[in-house]
Amino acid sequence: MAEPAIELVGIDKRFGAVHANRDIHLRVEKGTIHGIIGENGAGKSTLMSILYGFYQADSGDIRINGTMASIPDPNAAIALGIGMVHQHFMLVENFTVLENVMLGVEGAPLLKNGIAKARAELKRLEREYQLDVDPDALIEELPVGLQQRVEILKALYRGAEILVLDEPTGVLTPPEADHLFRILEQLKDQGKTIILITHKLREIMAVTDNVSVMRQGAMVATRKTEETTVEELAELMVGRRVLLRVQKGEAKPAEIKLSVENLTVRDSRGVVMVENASFTVRGGEIVGIAGVAGNGQSQLIETIAGIRTAVSGRVLLDGQVIDITGAADPGELRDRGLAHVPEDRHHMGLVLAFEEYENSILGYHDDPLYLNGPFLDLDAIQADARKKIEKYDIRPSDPRLKTANFSGGNQQKIVLAREMERDPGVLIIGQPTRGVDVGAIEFIHKRIIEMRDAGKAVLLVSVELDEIRSLSDRILVMFAGRIVGERDSDASEGELGLLMAGVEQQEAAE
Amino acid sequence: MSQPFAKLPAWADYGLLPLINLIVAFFVAGLVVLLVGESPVDAAILMVKGAFGSGDGVGYTLYYATNFIFTGLCVAVAFHCGLFNIGGEGQAYIGGLGVALVGLGLGSALPWWLAFPLAIVASALVGALWALIPAWLQAKRGSHVVITTIMFNFIAASIMVYLLVGPLKPLGSQAPETRVFGEGGQLPGLGWLLNLVGLNMRSAPLNISFLLALLAAFLVWVLIWRTKLGYEIRTMGFSPKAARYAGISELRIIIITMMISGALAGMMALNPIMGAQHRVQLDFVAGAGFVGIAVALMGRSHPAGIVLAAILFGMLYQGGAEIAFDMPNISRDMIVIIQGLVILFAGALEHMFRPSLQRIFQRIGRGKRGTAPAVVAGGGQ
Repeated sequence: MAEPAIELVGIDKRFGAVHANRDIHLRVEKGTIHGIIGENGAGKSTLMSILYGFYQADSGDIRINGTMASIPDPNAAIALGIGMVHQHFMLVENFTVLENVMLGVEGAPLLKNGIAKARAELKRLEREYQLDVDPDALIEELPVGLQQRVEILKALYRGAEILVLDEPTGVLTPPEADHLFRILEQLKDQGKTIILITHKLREIMAVTDNVSVMRQGAMVATRKTEETTVEELAELMVGRRVLLRVQKGEAKPAEIKLSVENLTVRDSRGVVMVENASFTVRGGEIVGIAGVAGNGQSQLIETIAGIRTAVSGRVLLDGQVIDITGAADPGELRDRGLAHVPEDRHHMGLVLAFEEYENSILGYHDDPLYLNGPFLDLDAIQADARKKIEKYDIRPSDPRLKTANFSGGNQQKIVLAREMERDPGVLIIGQPTRGVDVGAIEFIHKRIIEMRDAGKAVLLVSVELDEIRSLSDRILVMFAGRIVGERDSDASEGELGLLMAGVEQQEAAE
Repeated sequence: MSQPFAKLPAWADYGLLPLINLIVAFFVAGLVVLLVGESPVDAAILMVKGAFGSGDGVGYTLYYATNFIFTGLCVAVAFHCGLFNIGGEGQAYIGGLGVALVGLGLGSALPWWLAFPLAIVASALVGALWALIPAWLQAKRGSHVVITTIMFNFIAASIMVYLLVGPLKPLGSQAPETRVFGEGGQLPGLGWLLNLVGLNMRSAPLNISFLLALLAAFLVWVLIWRTKLGYEIRTMGFSPKAARYAGISELRIIIITMMISGALAGMMALNPIMGAQHRVQLDFVAGAGFVGIAVALMGRSHPAGIVLAAILFGMLYQGGAEIAFDMPNISRDMIVIIQGLVILFAGALEHMFRPSLQRIFQRIGRGKRGTAPAVVAGGGQ
């Protein structure tokens, strides 16, 4: 057998406490399309950044075409024939295609000769790979599909034999994506090696020859695409982790506390993030939203919490309308008994530069309990913070310590203590245990169950399927902004995994 | 290499680091003095003596410092909200109109202790309104305050030139300035304060706006660290996303913060106008708005630091004038170079020595592990 184009041996990388890549072994054969699949945060992008020289592995070897390679920076990667097409394009918007392609490899201080040479080379590449694009068009005037083609041309122009594409279809429409796959097939036929990173199973099945699955920083399996199934990949991707069993009794659903009707949300670019979502949450039950990260869950809960504006739809809190398409204000919703533990505790749930006690009132700083007229009542705030620290076992137990100096689990407890101790009627929790150590996970799960048993309505979003399954009384699955199914808490992992991968929906559509 | 740096203890962060920056600045300034053929040691002695060696020296130093405290506070308050207000110059200049209104209108009718509070309110109000427009543009339209405030400096200057050569100039006068205010438009000096420590201020213009500046510094400290509004301002400054989550209105906070910032700059006009010249002159701000940026940077946006930094810059202004007077080779422009070096090292290159200092502290920390746990700075600032 020929030497593989890429061989990674025992790649290991940590960022502080996060173990992003654990002892990764990967073999990519020459002239194939190799898919790498895994949930967001599984370590795919870190691995490719190591291959492209953005990061250095803590240990492990990289072999390119059978020779040991050291890749200290992207220039070294380019010299080795590795090209990268990033998820977010690295193009100069107000340059032409030609100018972008030759950027960084102009060849001489004066552009005159370089431009002529680049134009000729670009023509050749376009002919050879049928990558038609007008060299004199401005990037900003091209549709995204063509911009991506320019990125591919850029890599080829630099002599890439190995192309890495990071989530290339995230910004493309389905027809554009199909066109991209045809291009990749052609490149493969010309002998190029392609690595395709994605979390979409459909793409893997459509174009790859081999597929490797990553989960929580580890490479868990490599399969020949024709010998595997969507079901198997979905299961490998989501994983059968040891279930942290949570003791909980029967749910006693009461009256409807939160009701969402036909909610549609677009992001700032106008892309639909949540489409026509409807569901209810009753007091005394936990409704979990399962889904691969990036399928609209974040936008959904941020909209209900008043942080984002919806395009259309209605949300009722205790039967009263929340003005989600207009002036909904998180502060007002807090007063109405809606607490929100945001997914992004570093930028949204906490101000890391603040001392702990300052964060213990974030969002509730209007409460007269903490104020003396316009002044902060520091004694009251700190006494209150101390009580929460004790009750939630936050360590170190120092309200004057800067929040950035607490561990992830303890930071999360600071947020939970703040939101839960207000005794809200509705609690929205995003990723309650992301980056949290095992001991704290159990504690947090117990608290969430206690909230339910106290008659609160809990809406839970998590990318950890285990967490959703063990906590929720009902499970909604989101895919591509839609709620594609509702299941009971005893639904099987495989069934949910398929829903999360959007399989049922596609079959229905075809 | 990617090892996170140990966090500096507070005394090193707020004391040692600025001191190192200052020493390097003076060292390089000394080299410049050497280049023009004068003795840096003599120049340094002359500067310190000129600034602190006599009653009128101290009076002038603190007079200049008063201006810089106001403009430094102006920049610092906006900094805490994540806004870079470099329009202090224009806000102070236009604030002079508020002082003029009271000084010209009521100076002859009211005693100073009645005119002064009115002038404070008037100058602060005019300065605040001048900052309101850029604030509104930032909050509503996303026009960056750095751009708009600096443009407003030019607009303010043009308006003042127009007023001072036209409507505000007394008939028949050749000078671009207002008439002299009446008795009530003139603030009492602080000669008695210097007399207490045995100094004679003579003709130096130090006046009670210095005390107002100290009071303003204290009130800014209370505002930022002890009030709900200050809490909201700091939340917005550190993390706009967290502010949104907490239900803090970005529009409201940006506008209020910028108006407070502008009001502080506007009050600076009291010192030269009501305190010293007793009339509004062309270009009375004389760059104090920009020095305020350096003062706020050097004072780490903390009112105590700002007062100290303002006094340092007051010393550079006053002592520098003495050097220019006594050393024929050193012109007025040389002094500007020296001041520029201090701004460069203490303000702009603030973080130049931080990494090496952190490495040193880390090494010390590792040497006696256990006694001093190395705290990891998450994210840094």
